[in-house]
Amino acid sequence: MNLLDPQGPVAAANSTILVDSVFIMLVIVVPTIVAILAFAFWFRASNTKARYQPDFVYSGRVEMVVWSIPALTVILLGGVAWIGSHQLDPAAPVPGTGSPVRIQAVSLDWKWLFIYPDQRIATVNTLTVPAGAELNFQLTSSSVMNTFFIPQLGSMIYTMNGMVTRLNLRADNEGKLQGLSAHFSGDGFPDMMFDVNVISPLAFPDWVATTAKTDAVLNEDSYKKLMQQGIEKGRPAYRLEDPRLFDLIATQHIPPGPGPELTSDAGRPHSGGHDAR
Amino acid sequence: MLGKLDWSAIPFDQPIPLVAGAVVLIAILAVLIWVVVKGHLPYLWHEWITSVDHKRIGVMYILLASVMLLRGGSDAIMMRIQQAVAYQSQGYLPPEHYNQIFSAHGTIMIFFVAMPFVIGLMNLVVPLQLGVRDVAFPTLNSVGFWLTATGALLVNLSLVIGEFARTGWLAFPPLSGLSYSPGVGVDYYAWSLQISGVGTLVAGINLVTTVLKLRTKGMNYLRMPMFCWTTLASNLLIVAAFPILTATLAMLLLDRYLGFHFFTNEAGGNVMMFMNLIWAWGHPEVYILVLPAFGIFSEVVSTFSGKALFGYRSMVLATMAICVVSFMVWLHHFFTMGAGPDVNAIFGIASMIIAIPTGVKIYNWLFTMYGGRIRFATPMLWSVGFMVTFIIGGLTGVLLAVPPADFMLHNSMFLVAHFHNVIIGGVLFGAFAGFEYWFPKAFGFRLDERWGKAAFWFTFIGFFVTFMPLYIAGMLGMTRRMQHYDVAAWRPWMIVAAIGMAVLTIGVICQIVQLVVSIRNREVLRDRTGDPWDGRSLEWATASPPPVFNFAFNPDVRGEDAYWDMKVHARQQSFEHEGPEYQDIEMPRNSPTGFVCAFFATIMGFALIWHIWWMVILGGLGAFATFVVFAWRDHDEYVIPAEEVARIDRVNLEERRSLVSMAGAV
Repeated sequence: MNLLDPQGPVAAANSTILVDSVFIMLVIVVPTIVAILAFAFWFRASNTKARYQPDFVYSGRVEMVVWSIPALTVILLGGVAWIGSHQLDPAAPVPGTGSPVRIQAVSLDWKWLFIYPDQRIATVNTLTVPAGAELNFQLTSSSVMNTFFIPQLGSMIYTMNGMVTRLNLRADNEGKLQGLSAHFSGDGFPDMMFDVNVISPLAFPDWVATTAKTDAVLNEDSYKKLMQQGIEKGRPAYRLEDPRLFDLIATQHIPPGPGPELTSDAGRPHSGGHDAR
Repeated sequence: MLGKLDWSAIPFDQPIPLVAGAVVLIAILAVLIWVVVKGHLPYLWHEWITSVDHKRIGVMYILLASVMLLRGGSDAIMMRIQQAVAYQSQGYLPPEHYNQIFSAHGTIMIFFVAMPFVIGLMNLVVPLQLGVRDVAFPTLNSVGFWLTATGALLVNLSLVIGEFARTGWLAFPPLSGLSYSPGVGVDYYAWSLQISGVGTLVAGINLVTTVLKLRTKGMNYLRMPMFCWTTLASNLLIVAAFPILTATLAMLLLDRYLGFHFFTNEAGGNVMMFMNLIWAWGHPEVYILVLPAFGIFSEVVSTFSGKALFGYRSMVLATMAICVVSFMVWLHHFFTMGAGPDVNAIFGIASMIIAIPTGVKIYNWLFTMYGGRIRFATPMLWSVGFMVTFIIGGLTGVLLAVPPADFMLHNSMFLVAHFHNVIIGGVLFGAFAGFEYWFPKAFGFRLDERWGKAAFWFTFIGFFVTFMPLYIAGMLGMTRRMQHYDVAAWRPWMIVAAIGMAVLTIGVICQIVQLVVSIRNREVLRDRTGDPWDGRSLEWATASPPPVFNFAFNPDVRGEDAYWDMKVHARQQSFEHEGPEYQDIEMPRNSPTGFVCAFFATIMGFALIWHIWWMVILGGLGAFATFVVFAWRDHDEYVIPAEEVARIDRVNLEERRSLVSMAGAV
């Protein structure tokens, strides 16, 4: 999951900016640290060779320089930030070969559901994508906030209930990557890691066909079972009954997932709260 | 009768909190019994608990912060051990426990360690530096402290009665909403912060008023010591930002208690609004903490370099620039929430702009050292250590302000490393520097230098060993708040970080030993001059510890570095105040208002958490009655007769004169 080993153009561009920014700053940071240590050492009280200049308390030239150095650095980095934000806007298209793959990701408590509306399939905790194609993600959450993040493919984005966020990525090399939730979401949060299988564009249709043959069906009922709080150790796959399922979730036609089952009186809500559901 | 409270609230099945709670309880009981048996109770009550003396309140703030540092530090040790062992296993802490620990760690370290520490130092020092007798509102000051203590008490109570929040230190909804956090944890969190937030707000109002309205003769704004400037900036931020926190938490509480829908998923609630509001407070908050630390470093670097602060006006400008710009950058905490590129870029650049005045500060400290005669006493070590550490934290901070870089690093261990880099390297080093620097002023004897230096080196090295691996883990994709993980590449770094934590712990132990050793050797370390470091500002012009009225006469300030000026003049001529005419001094009376108010606030907070409504009313009425009684008081001041002032001041002048003549002879 090394950020400096990108497997797609977004991650590559992100990490280039990351590394460049660090180097731009090191150019002034390293000399400053050296100067601090050097001045502190040289002007130690026991050093009789150092000249004591108690009246050196203002110098217009020095002030000019000390305001300019960070200002110039920030101007340079500000340019990097401005251009980078626009080029690498998570919602900006990432052209690829072949037709783009639409993927609708839903963060559940505590697993990831990936819906392929065009292929009429869905998978849990495993994301299979063809290498080289543009991946159009639409993201939402069944309950609390999470963040969708595949470190080696780049940019992360929040998932929120009742809202859809967008993210476009591309995976360039076949292989196995890992993704995770990067926003704490409760007790099962560390188990929200998911596999990312990047397969060849030729193998992708085969994978879709195989998956579509599965017996398990994803519809409103099975989705409601899936969104109960819990950890999914397996990697279930589904046929998608209704390609509009994601919209039903995102528009709250399917109400948000329930919280924990209450076991003790101490945890039972008293007033309010119930009216919403 | 007792709302939601019953025996199931006590975690009998969890040994760690029970044992920890029992140990703390026994320790508190032991101290109480010792106090009562030894007959110290009247002394404590009259001299400390009801005291409205800003110095005493400052000391109590710092004591509270130190105790809570141990609690928050224990949480940190548990977390580091958990992440070191929880590779492909559950470790030793189940999620519901681990999640409480990191939430409590963050809440405690920010609200009950960093805040009281800096507010304590400001309380202790600012009136002395301004040459005045007390803060603007002495009793309010006491109320502010005791309400902060109430918050801390409630947080600790959650260890054994019920649970603490499992949502992280900012309790983001909808996770913190009633649906997903039905327990009392979030209520403990929110009510503790509501109560202590009131305390912080009144402390802020008090210090702003003090700096603006109570300066001694000749103390213009541009003659104030740097620490007073940063205090002003920090407290302006408190006054502007803390109401946002209070309002945000009030909305969250309305959601939880009365079925409102500010931040719920349904019925028009908007979780993104919470994000915006909490960070509109949260980002100024980090400058509330770090600005006073900048002030402390300014004082320390200038004193120990034997020079006035380089580029004083530039520093003032930089401080106020940070104060203003810090309010315009909150969005960088959620670049990844889906805002457009323009918004992200503008807030990214605004965040970087803060690096300019901060950089200027670093360079001005650098040039203060240039041409100086630097004495490496413990406070100076902390300051140089800070400069080196903070620059690295600044670098990673600016990096996180670049949106495309943040898209990869947001919420990662890299972020965790970054903010510990600036909060430990900035605020905590600053607090320790200030503690070592002003301790002799507060107590009249110095701290042991050898243990102080040991504490510095262990903390400094321990910090790097703990947090540099976290930067690397972040670069390896590790996100924060993982109770366990299966990624082999992260493991070694978590183990190194745990070792670093052990080194940091030794640093804290050295600090404790330093305090104990110094108290035992206090006669050897005694400072009779009131000016142990050859200081430059007015706090060193009075005795250590200062008399209750601080100064027998309002000092007359004729320039920057007021006390340094006086010393220079005194060497040339005879000492000032030759045979002066002492006058009666009126000082505010002690008042139990703060303590009693906080007592009722504790009852009310606890009752609100557990839905014990009759007790809520009782606590509320009690607190209000206390306020009314205070408002109707007849005598709020007492008079210290001129003879008494003269007696106290002459002792101080004698000591000082011998010091000046000695310095003159050299």
